[in-house]
Amino acid sequence: MSFTTWLRPPGANPSRRARMPPALRAYEYNLLAYKRTWRGSLTTTFLYPVLYLAAIGVGLGHLIDHGSNQAVGGVPYLWFLAPGLLAGTAMQIGANESTYPVMAGIKWLKTYFAMLATPLEVTDVLYGHLLWILTRVALASGVFLAVMAAFHTVPSLWALAAFPAAVLTGAAFAAPVMAFSATRETDQSFVVLYRFGIVPLFLFSGTFFPIVQLPGWLQVVARCTPLYQGVSLCRGLVLGHPGGWDALGHSGYLLVMLLGGILAARATYRGRLVQ
Amino acid sequence: MSRRGRLAVPGSELDADTGAAVQARGLTKRFGEFTAVDGVDFDIQAGEAFGFLGPNGAGKTSTMRMIACLSPISGGSLQVLGLDPMRDGARIRSRIGLVPQDDTLDLELTVRDNLYLYGRYFGLPKKQLRERVEQLLEFARLTERADERVDPLSGGMRRRLTIARALVSSPDLVILDEPTTGLDPQARHLLWDRLYRLKREGVTLVITTHYMDEAEQLCDRLVVMDAGRIAAAGSPRELIEQWSTREVVELRFEPEGHQAHGDRLADLAERVEVLPDRLLLYTDEGDATLDAVRSRGKSPIAALVRRSTLEDVFLHLTGRSLVE
Repeated sequence: MSFTTWLRPPGANPSRRARMPPALRAYEYNLLAYKRTWRGSLTTTFLYPVLYLAAIGVGLGHLIDHGSNQAVGGVPYLWFLAPGLLAGTAMQIGANESTYPVMAGIKWLKTYFAMLATPLEVTDVLYGHLLWILTRVALASGVFLAVMAAFHTVPSLWALAAFPAAVLTGAAFAAPVMAFSATRETDQSFVVLYRFGIVPLFLFSGTFFPIVQLPGWLQVVARCTPLYQGVSLCRGLVLGHPGGWDALGHSGYLLVMLLGGILAARATYRGRLVQ
Repeated sequence: MSRRGRLAVPGSELDADTGAAVQARGLTKRFGEFTAVDGVDFDIQAGEAFGFLGPNGAGKTSTMRMIACLSPISGGSLQVLGLDPMRDGARIRSRIGLVPQDDTLDLELTVRDNLYLYGRYFGLPKKQLRERVEQLLEFARLTERADERVDPLSGGMRRRLTIARALVSSPDLVILDEPTTGLDPQARHLLWDRLYRLKREGVTLVITTHYMDEAEQLCDRLVVMDAGRIAAAGSPRELIEQWSTREVVELRFEPEGHQAHGDRLADLAERVEVLPDRLLLYTDEGDATLDAVRSRGKSPIAALVRRSTLEDVFLHLTGRSLVE
């Protein structure tokens, strides 16, 4: 093998020939890394939805349905619960993938810095990773909807529209959490974020019971939380009454959160990665 | 071909006026109140191996990061491959191979995946890249470990992988930040051998190091940095000729006597340095000087005559050792 010919091929300049947008090159890293490590995510993506629906939806739902299901809109409890869990899962995956993996990119594996030594810019790194997180949310939401269908909890074709709604819910959490994670020195704050942010939202945003069960002032608080928007949106769509203006309001809320999160992340990523 | 021809910047290989791959004038880097690089001037010619020698904290890495378009300059001017890092960062980086101090390898992926993905960041087509990865594995002597994860590899292997990775895009300029820090002697020599081969290919190398032997071995020219400034510049030989004597006599006495012995022997050498563990007499005729020391009835515990090195240059310029 001639060393000369391969080390400096005459006139070779790959980046100029490249067609793939830079952010997708960063995305490709996550894709390939996931192909190598996907087994670790099986439980959260595939098993949890089944377990939740079986234990709470079917098990607990059975008790509830023997009482009165008027509070949950006159549908079987499982039907009420499933779209709430869909949104809640989308939130969890969106937030989860935006904490530790971002810290890995900055501190543990420094993959962000490897990317930044190449033609990729900070925004490419950010968008590539965000797009990957949305892929994870989409994957989990798709699986969840399929499981819901298997449990016969999808009475309407509107449920197809719950898929983008769930992805939007995950995205609305991912972007601001990425912005937050990029400012952290250790992963301690992620525990706090979960304890006082994600878990309470998951429990009290109308996921497991209608928020009218809450005391009056807490209802107002719950109505303003981001997950409530996702839950209401997904539930409306799955049960076949999307609800016009309400749905637009919920979507708008989540969209603003996503865009605001992206703007914030652009700033915090730049602050952290370019010094 | 025509597409490449149209997009290529005429004369972009080099700065049109000076032929320099990198040109810095009054280059400055500040972090808040702290000035890491304090107005340095240098030209790096295409095809040479250029070194930044200095202790930790001298501003070498900050300078490197500005050249690699990873860190915006705070003052002065900088041109890399004839382009402005502030405006053309991505374009410059597409022609640079960076070997950072931290390897930034993905430990969970295989050796081959690490090379492949890095090539993809540069937008290399898959087929071409696969061939290139095999060649780079060969170059880094990692072919047999290609399908293993990076995690269990030794420091030397990781370093070779990082260097191979920096070459994936056939860069015009390769920047190596402390390439052999933390490696054992055997791993260092293997790495140096790979770097010689690059140099022979005409790749411009920019190397930071705090090892004077590394600087002497690899660099055609270098600057000695201390506290953000350039203390001296030239080829290793020029620096030694200018700032030191041909030879050095190293003497070891009982430690507490070094200062007194130094005072008494001062007239035998051009210059005397008193270090905590030894006494250095700078002279052009080492053996004659040592004889003169002995004829005065001084018998050191240990004595050694050696040639001057860049370590002596640094000691002279700053009054401190490189590796502290």
